[in-house]
Amino acid sequence: MDFRVATSKRLSGDGGPLGGSIVADTGSRLSLYETAPNVEVSLEEFEQFALDRLRVLKGIEEVRARRKRLEELDTVVIDLWRKHMRTPNAADLNKKDVVSHFVLRLAYCRTEELRRWFLAMESALFRHRFRCESSDSQRKLMDDYKLPFKAISVAEFEVLKDKLGQVCRSLNQPLPTADSAYYKVPFEEVPDLVANRKILLGGGHAFVPREQLALLVVGQFRTRLSKALVLTNRFVIMKWTSVCAEDEKDRLAPIVESLSTRYLGADYTQPDSKRDISSKDLDNLAKTSFPLCMHHLFKKLREDHHLRHGGRQQLGLFLKGIGLKLEDALAFWKNEFSHKIGPDKFDKEYAYNVRHNYGKEGKKTDYTPYSCVRIIMSTPGVGDHHGCPYRHFSEENLRATLGTLRLSTPAVAEVLEKVRSHHYQLACATAFEAIHGSPSEGINHPNQYFDQSQKLLQSVKSSEVSAAN
Amino acid sequence: MTRELHEPMDEDPSSGEARKTEDSYLNDNQQAHFPEEFSPDFLKLYYGRLFPFDEMHKWLSYGHDGKHPGCDSTFFSRREFSFTLEHDIYVRYLSFRDVPEMETAFRDKCPHKIDIGSIYNVDPAKRMAYAHGAGDSVFSPVEKELVFDVDMTDYDDMRTCCSGADICSKCWPLMTITIKVLDTALREDFGFQHILWVYSGRRGVHCWVCDSRARRLSNEQRCSVADYFHVYKGNQNNNKKVTLSGAALHPSLSRAYTDVLKPYFEEQILPNQSLLSSEEHYEKILQMIPDDAITSQMRDRWQGTRRSSSSNEEVNLTRWRQLRQALELSKKNQMLRRSVEEIIFAHTYPRLDLEVSKHMNHLLKSPFCIHPKTGRVCVPIDPDDCDNFDPSTVPTLSQLLNELNNSKSNVKGSSKKVSKDWERTSLAKSICFFRTSFLEPLLRSCKLEIEAHHQGKIQELAGRPTLNW
Repeated sequence: MDFRVATSKRLSGDGGPLGGSIVADTGSRLSLYETAPNVEVSLEEFEQFALDRLRVLKGIEEVRARRKRLEELDTVVIDLWRKHMRTPNAADLNKKDVVSHFVLRLAYCRTEELRRWFLAMESALFRHRFRCESSDSQRKLMDDYKLPFKAISVAEFEVLKDKLGQVCRSLNQPLPTADSAYYKVPFEEVPDLVANRKILLGGGHAFVPREQLALLVVGQFRTRLSKALVLTNRFVIMKWTSVCAEDEKDRLAPIVESLSTRYLGADYTQPDSKRDISSKDLDNLAKTSFPLCMHHLFKKLREDHHLRHGGRQQLGLFLKGIGLKLEDALAFWKNEFSHKIGPDKFDKEYAYNVRHNYGKEGKKTDYTPYSCVRIIMSTPGVGDHHGCPYRHFSEENLRATLGTLRLSTPAVAEVLEKVRSHHYQLACATAFEAIHGSPSEGINHPNQYFDQSQKLLQSVKSSEVSAAN
Repeated sequence: MTRELHEPMDEDPSSGEARKTEDSYLNDNQQAHFPEEFSPDFLKLYYGRLFPFDEMHKWLSYGHDGKHPGCDSTFFSRREFSFTLEHDIYVRYLSFRDVPEMETAFRDKCPHKIDIGSIYNVDPAKRMAYAHGAGDSVFSPVEKELVFDVDMTDYDDMRTCCSGADICSKCWPLMTITIKVLDTALREDFGFQHILWVYSGRRGVHCWVCDSRARRLSNEQRCSVADYFHVYKGNQNNNKKVTLSGAALHPSLSRAYTDVLKPYFEEQILPNQSLLSSEEHYEKILQMIPDDAITSQMRDRWQGTRRSSSSNEEVNLTRWRQLRQALELSKKNQMLRRSVEEIIFAHTYPRLDLEVSKHMNHLLKSPFCIHPKTGRVCVPIDPDDCDNFDPSTVPTLSQLLNELNNSKSNVKGSSKKVSKDWERTSLAKSICFFRTSFLEPLLRSCKLEIEAHHQGKIQELAGRPTLNW
């Protein structure tokens, strides 16, 4: 078989954003992916490499939701990498790394949502791989990026010493000494450190201790990849469709397109057409098949006849995903909200949002129901009921809420145990198993929880029917 | 992504009854001629004669309306505006070439609310021309001010004076605290200089950070700045609102604590909100202390001494002293001493609507809008004098029109020339402040930047090899 795909020739064009010819040999196993590889790749490899890398990225997404310590994450990520990116021939590892990265760039450059996901996961992967490199090769990589950052002078250190010490103490770290080196960089370069208040900020500069310098490299990596993705997208729109389309339409295009939809399994944007759910079924379904997050929102909506924006989005998109049609959704929300604000106000202020979620207003995007990871990462505030109960409820509250689901005491204890070790999705799966009396396939998405539950209930029903016959 | 509209929906979850109280509070300085707070006819007059179009255009042009060869004349016209028209019709992606076009649109459409969005790479009104069929289009936001939105309803779990859309002089200091803490941190930590604070017209404040560095932040960098201020993490289903770990506070937090939070808590919030005088409220605070011995000791002490002769204010202060002493003398000192700080942070540290700050494409209500419910103008607030800002004295639409009416007769006789109608109303003070304290310094630095950028370009061009050979 000879499906040779000269990747760079076809994809880079001349002077295209993927242009350039040969991978600069960084002398390191870790690539910065500055240029597309000029190697021949078989069509099978083209797809297989990319799928293997996707497994790594998807794995990173899962562990990131569990709030592990950085060092633990290092191990997990490197294990994932070794497991999926293995090649029969060690010399091919670099090729697989670079090719898979560039294939996924093509697949994931197409929408803002995909770009954001890819950027976040690739940066995390890079970061953990970088941390596991020897300090020699780390330095080499930093030289490759020609980072312009300078260490602060002794005089400046003396001025800032107290505040730098305060930052260290706030993190329970040892105090800085005269020979600890700090680098002065624009705060934009180190978003992670800013977000967690892990560094001193002053006048727009971040004072980064030498040990954290790795983050600067990751920051550079992220910035460049982010720009490259936008350029690749533009390139794909302009050239892929016009120039390459004819000879690649049947070969590469379908592979690339399917790659971007494979990342989460189903994303539930398109509701299950086989299922027809009307608003009168919802009470029953909420009882039997809603995961706790949706069950809670649904209950609160019935009680308060109101939900704040975050709750409306989380529940509304979920309902769309399980097959509630736009007309039914409008009727359902209107019916609830009218108790409190009257039907006119609903039509004026809330109906737009419901239609918007179904892609009928504004940008006309068909919005995707939220995945577990997204829900776990959300930040509910005062008066909000959205989020993941396993992640955002206090323990007493969660215990009480689980009680209303009629979970047995040992089951509740098992769920809480999972929560304490930050395994929120496992906690949800445990609850699922306790409620349904049957093992789950793991919970990644509220809509998947719903589908699994329905499948189980249907099979129970049909077996009862056949037993009766 | 999820909330492209700036929440026009959640504006008023309050009941009709709550609104009535607010109106009576806000109605104090009404006048005879224009009795209603808000009407579309008055709004027409307002856009016709009072709205500061020139100043708004100057601001949003950022110096690009000049004659310098480095100016980008398309800059202002690439800015998205959105209108909320009568009956809550929401129109997005409007853009204007210049002041006359803006004036015409405002006067013809008479928007009840105006939102300001991002600057796009192309004129948003012509975005369809750049869409390449299905999928992701090239049309995307490139720049926007870094914005913050604070809303009094996010403090509802601790406000004892009012709730929902209502505000009063007892809770408004919470906004004063927010302005002080955020303004100082944005200037000192992040090095921003051009910061505009605006009253949202009813129950909150908006902040626009306009430095070019702020306008160019990526979404990820915006997230990091927002998270830097994400200290208060309470939600409806969790009692623990603020967790401060570590041996010291981060310098930014300790500055906020010493300079603002602690004095305001002890002098205003604690006594005015009666946080410790009733059992219902002090229970909430005791729940934040991880030591049963101390909480039960306090409970015993307080349950007996029901405000015998001392005033409410004294009860609060005495009990706070008792609680602090107990915590500070405790043997498990560090963790419990943190509790004092945690309580103060939980009740005073800014609670921001983070989603608004995190995404470039979030729209925010324009300054100088009229709030349709209160009729008040969204006037700028001087952060250096925010203690003296009183929302109940902010000019209303009817008040301004009355002033305009009355001054007509006065001006006839005088020889003093008035070029703009607003100069004869109490809006003059706000617009002058906007001009001198915000606009002029901003435009000075814009000029310098345009010049520097232009010189850089010339040098780059000169350095480039020519194409002649």
